[in-house]
Amino acid sequence: MLKRFSHAIIERNVILLGVLTLITVSIGGLVQIVPLFAVETTIERVEGVRPYTPLELMGRNIYMREGCYNCHSQMVRPLRDEAERYGHYSLAAESMYDHPFQWGSKRTGPDLARVGGRYSDSWHVLHLRDPRSVVPESIMPAYGFLDRPLRYDDVADHLRTLRAVGVPYTEAMIASAVADLEAQARPERDGTAFAGRYGRARQANFDEEDGPVTEMDALVAYLQMLGTLVRFGDVTPDRVRQQ
Amino acid sequence: MMDGNVAERPGGVAEARPAAPEYVDGPIRAFAIATVFWGVVGFLVGVVAASQLAWPQLNLGLEWTSFGRIRPLHTSAVIFAFGGCALFCTTLYVVQRTCRARLFGGEPMGWFLFWGYQLFILLAASGYVLGYTQGREYAEPEWYTDLWLTLVWVIYLVAFVGTVIRREEPHIYVANWFFLAFIITVAMLHLGNNIALPIDLLHAKSYSVPSGVQDAMIQWWYGHNAVGFFLTAGFLGIMYYFIPKQADRPIYSYRLSIVHFWSLVFLYIWAGPHHLHYTALPDWASTLGMVFSIMLWMPSWGGAINGLMTLSGAWDKLRTDPALRFSVAAVGFYAMATFEGPVMSIRAVNSLSHYTDWTIGHVHSGALGWNGFITFGALYWLIPVLWQRRAMWSTRLISWHFWLATLGIVLYITAMWVAGIMQGLMWRAYDANGFLQYSFVEGVAAMHPYYVIRLLGGLLYLGGALLMAFNVWRTIAAAPQPAAAMPAPAAAVAAE
Repeated sequence: MLKRFSHAIIERNVILLGVLTLITVSIGGLVQIVPLFAVETTIERVEGVRPYTPLELMGRNIYMREGCYNCHSQMVRPLRDEAERYGHYSLAAESMYDHPFQWGSKRTGPDLARVGGRYSDSWHVLHLRDPRSVVPESIMPAYGFLDRPLRYDDVADHLRTLRAVGVPYTEAMIASAVADLEAQARPERDGTAFAGRYGRARQANFDEEDGPVTEMDALVAYLQMLGTLVRFGDVTPDRVRQQ
Repeated sequence: MMDGNVAERPGGVAEARPAAPEYVDGPIRAFAIATVFWGVVGFLVGVVAASQLAWPQLNLGLEWTSFGRIRPLHTSAVIFAFGGCALFCTTLYVVQRTCRARLFGGEPMGWFLFWGYQLFILLAASGYVLGYTQGREYAEPEWYTDLWLTLVWVIYLVAFVGTVIRREEPHIYVANWFFLAFIITVAMLHLGNNIALPIDLLHAKSYSVPSGVQDAMIQWWYGHNAVGFFLTAGFLGIMYYFIPKQADRPIYSYRLSIVHFWSLVFLYIWAGPHHLHYTALPDWASTLGMVFSIMLWMPSWGGAINGLMTLSGAWDKLRTDPALRFSVAAVGFYAMATFEGPVMSIRAVNSLSHYTDWTIGHVHSGALGWNGFITFGALYWLIPVLWQRRAMWSTRLISWHFWLATLGIVLYITAMWVAGIMQGLMWRAYDANGFLQYSFVEGVAAMHPYYVIRLLGGLLYLGGALLMAFNVWRTIAAAPQPAAAMPAPAAAVAAE
């Protein structure tokens, strides 16, 4: 049978050609993708990783809307210079609630995976409004237009959608999403309930302006939490190793 | 060369057959014009983006014009608008000719595909500028645009396969194998990478179903194979039809075509995780990506050899036919880019090249040199045929286009090689005391001259494309020629 095979059989039958092509192109993807969902060691078990607060989530959406990922990665590689420049290499667990991931592919600007807490809030605000006022050689666009009110009336819908795709937001988190968002951006308010839901998340008037919660507040809140969830002092290399 | 795969000369057997059916050409003419139009737009937006990296004030401080929104506009305009229209144009032309069959669904089918795809382009482009994005490279359009593209694509598959089924030729010509693989695989990739849940049906925003490491793997399975199947398999189909046509020679080797086809479609799909070396993706996955990327050398060069050797006995045509020069240079760039790609996929090399402008240079040697040039070569051959003119309005302008574009590419890729390798070395440089030698922003500042050279290269390439647009316009505006001046029926190059 095999002896009599001729490629002419395939090239005379478009359905056969199409089906064989589909089978051929399916194999690689199946082998590479399916095990990542099945193998438990793909994502390390570390403490501290939590879903984004409503304000951080809105900030993350602004990060994507403005295409920040085109120039900034969020993935520190386990190389000596990167560990010294940016900090501990990134763990898979740190982006397990990222729908979608924002690892990026280009560093026109520096990696941001651990930018949280490196600079003050006011540095970020100045830098976003006019990057060259704080970093003269910077080629980043100016984002002064982010000083406008944030639209967040539908933030609960965002949390609900994310819960549907696997982020462990509780009923209480969804019900109080608007209140939590405002509580995080208004440090003068009582943040007990907010802190109860989001642990160590920081409350601050991020843009240091009175008035409504702005897009700037949200983006800075997001930048300031990046890479801060896992306390690497408590984590031993053995525990984060992927088997 | 083998198996009787020999082109028949004009006036040969082809004339003895019944007359060819009336082909659907209106939408193909529209796609040809759209290819030129979107090419100019895409290159222009690229020039704008390049200027912004050299002089950031050109972002204008406006949300709609800042680099983060312009860059996806540029990549989508060149890949999906320029490249996509070129693929629709050539697939619909080639499938009818090589099958001697009228397009399945006729004129309405062709026009639906044309306007349906233009609507996709406009939905995607408006989304980027207004900030509706999935935040996935090369798959930025939001869910509503994705759904529309899915519909257009399924109908495209039906039109293509339907036409092949109607064919009078017993064999399916090799260009059509590549076109079919391109259409099927892009459908698979598009569906696999855009599984997302919208907030509600009245809201443009959606969240991807997979997250983190799995999402990264899926995205680069998609991203690399958008290169592998949209920009490679599809454009190889163009090579397999138009180079034999332009050179008036049969494809060098039928057997090599078979090996080329199956090895390319099998191996390419594995290469994605080489984009994720040293990330939180498990090593086994990125190692697989690297190994298969290196194996890809063979089908890539097999295909390039098959294209180039088709010129055997017709190399003299390069002197007189600048359109053929475009096609042949395209295959040269294809060979070069597919040599460089596997090198960059090696983990040790990647640790230097990843995140730098070397990658940008690499993709542009492929995009400008391979995709751009093979498209220009095909258009310069096809436009006189589609509008029944004897030749393009000006051969000298084609020659000018060729040299401007080639010089532009040389400036572009050499600037990006130097910039990228310099970046990689500066990031990892240590001084005598064991401290990092450079702050990040010193690397940014060092890029400025190379970003200006890159902009110059882009301007030359854009200038060439404007010459093409002018030449195309003058050709179409000229008086039609009698049909006797038309090239031989395309069936003459069909395999066997």
